[in-house]
Amino acid sequence: MTLLTSVFAAIICTIIWYKNAPKNEMKVGILCWLYWGASLMWLIDAVFEYIELGAEYFTPDPADMLNDLYLGLSVVALGLIVWLIILLIKDPKKVIRTALFKKKK
Amino acid sequence: MACFLVPAAEAVVSTVATKIVEKKEKEQKELKISLDGVNVESASKIPFSQKLKWLNRLLWGGSFLLMFEHIWHGEVVPFFPFLTAASNPEDAAEMLHEMATAGVSMAVLVTVVWLGMLAVAAIIEKRAEKEAQTLAANEG
Repeated sequence: MTLLTSVFAAIICTIIWYKNAPKNEMKVGILCWLYWGASLMWLIDAVFEYIELGAEYFTPDPADMLNDLYLGLSVVALGLIVWLIILLIKDPKKVIRTALFKKKK
Repeated sequence: MACFLVPAAEAVVSTVATKIVEKKEKEQKELKISLDGVNVESASKIPFSQKLKWLNRLLWGGSFLLMFEHIWHGEVVPFFPFLTAASNPEDAAEMLHEMATAGVSMAVLVTVVWLGMLAVAAIIEKRAEKEAQTLAANEG
């Protein structure tokens, strides 16, 4: 479930990135790298778990599934927070910079 | 247990490599390309260091989110020895085994995907150059 959540997040971010390319004002590319990197790594985790559990891997307990979904959503939220911090620091649209100064008339 | 440490270690190495490559890199030569298949433009290929940064971002991004997962499961703690499995030899052996199997596989998969991206990028670059040559030949 964690893998599935991160893969969906990666796909959605990639579509948004592609739709807005070549403009990169919102720096959505950061999210793509974060989520694809994590998805690839969790894919390996899933393969190892499948080797260990066999077909049972695809029928997890509802409680485990819910916990994994909770983790997946938390991971997505953490990725979004990282992206937001980078976006505000880099401030590509100069919104923060503009807000910090008062133009003299 | 600590599988994310292997791709994180690769991320450190590739980041250092990127800095070295960046310093040694010369300016890319100018090429004639066609981005839309209609017009010919002058451009230069992005340097290799830029492509190395793709690998860095995948590795750092993935390792960071996986570290969070390990904190979630109580496998990484904010006090010494930071990895709960490192506190006794039995768990430590299991942790090292997991790093050698899952951790190395993670690093290898990310690298293989990056190599695939390089291959696709090379094909796209060649196609843009070829289209420009065809357009120039047709005009001439």
